[in-house]
Amino acid sequence: MQRICDLADVPVGEGLRITSVSPPIAVFVTHAGEVYAVDDTCTHQDASLADGWLEGCWVECPLHASRFDLRTGEIDAPPAKRPVRVHRTSVRDGAIWVELSSQTPNLPPGVSYEVA
Amino acid sequence: MPTPRTVLVVGASLSGHSAARALRTEGYDGRIVMIGDESHRPYDRPPLSKGFLTGTTTLEDLWLEGEDDEIGAEWLLGTRATALDPATRTVRLSDGGSLAGDAVVVATGSRARRLPTALGGDLAGVHTVRTLEDAASLRTELVPGARLVLVGAGFVGAEIAATASGLGLDVTLVEASPTPLAAQLGPELGTVVARLHASHGVPLLCGTPVAELTGTGRVDGVRLADGRSLPADVVVVGIGSVAAVAWLAGSGLSIDGGPAGGLACNATGATGAPAVFGVGDCSAWFDPVVGAHRRVEHWTDSHERPRHAVRTLLGLTDPQASPVLAAPYFWSDQYDVRIQFAGRRFGDESVTIEAGSPETGDVLAVYRRGDVATAVLAMNQPRLFGRVRRSLAVSPVAA
Repeated sequence: MQRICDLADVPVGEGLRITSVSPPIAVFVTHAGEVYAVDDTCTHQDASLADGWLEGCWVECPLHASRFDLRTGEIDAPPAKRPVRVHRTSVRDGAIWVELSSQTPNLPPGVSYEVA
Repeated sequence: MPTPRTVLVVGASLSGHSAARALRTEGYDGRIVMIGDESHRPYDRPPLSKGFLTGTTTLEDLWLEGEDDEIGAEWLLGTRATALDPATRTVRLSDGGSLAGDAVVVATGSRARRLPTALGGDLAGVHTVRTLEDAASLRTELVPGARLVLVGAGFVGAEIAATASGLGLDVTLVEASPTPLAAQLGPELGTVVARLHASHGVPLLCGTPVAELTGTGRVDGVRLADGRSLPADVVVVGIGSVAAVAWLAGSGLSIDGGPAGGLACNATGATGAPAVFGVGDCSAWFDPVVGAHRRVEHWTDSHERPRHAVRTLLGLTDPQASPVLAAPYFWSDQYDVRIQFAGRRFGDESVTIEAGSPETGDVLAVYRRGDVATAVLAMNQPRLFGRVRRSLAVSPVAA
């Protein structure tokens, strides 16, 4: 696992884009206090899910209508068709730690990152 | 109404597909027949003016259906509906056959307006972009150095201008009205958004209607009403769309929502005929906030509203409850700027810039009547936009 940010860096009910890993990930703290991490880039088009709307443990892409389940990465409706990767998180000593998924990221057309 | 056993969905694009999906989500396990005049399964149209033209978005990317997304419908593709009898819910088809259902969802969309033949609208090299074939045909002509003139600087014209400019074409936009996008955004912010063209070196001529397209066989120029002529190798006409409702003539269903009207529906998509519904671009739903029937041609509304119609169709909505329609929402990607707009404009709002600035291309502007936010426009401000969008009025707003 790697230390990603302080828990206090992520406002409750919002997401934070983390670019120190590649591809970037989005870390969310839900109103229920749960911490989730998924790939930040929507699988449909280049948009940052950290900018999206968090409701329960679903985040809606800020551009179009697809919502992603932060627990599984699955989508609820088009235009996205593929899930985002989910990364395992834990909170220790006031910091968020993440174990990056070893799966291949589902990046949208025209977007590429070096996978670190 | 008893539980239907056959639902006919006329139109196999976004709104028809969303209706079929919603039927399944809401537990309907009967027969669904999807009738589509195009030969394709449902596909996503927004990339046709952007990524599909550059090749970034492939055909595979366009399909709306995912791998695990089977709606279990029968598909009648490449088949046009030619008439509807609402009393028996019978749809006549272009192949001479007909089908009857317990309920009909009309989702036939819209067609691009074209310039008349007499003005050169049918010359080779003149395009509209609505379908996959339209975009594929335009794509072959977007070669670096070619001179492209866009007739109409609305969202389709602006996106194609931005895309073609990025591909190295010599692009000019021509707009009949004094301010592009004024109808959607108001003159002030229409001007701000249209300034993107100048800042990317693409000339935009405003207040200059087109007199005719010139050329013999193939277009070679655009003659403007003020006498000027622009040489052109390719012309794209983006002057709006008309609801595809001509096939409903004689059905007795009413068409409403202004001069380019659509199938009149209430605020849950029901038409005047029992068990006949309208969704998407072809429909003009009653908007309780505006107090009138309005066509809304946005992707998101075509995606989300069918669920309301389907819930009504299945008898799942309380007929006494006053329907609530989310604020209409659309986006546009031009150059490196993501434009988002949500809400309803009445024309008498005050506009305040709440973040960023027009000069730096990251503006967030809120439209208000009194202290009630009615609409919001953002350029490259997705996070703030999302928050304001959800605060917009959903009940009638006093002037």
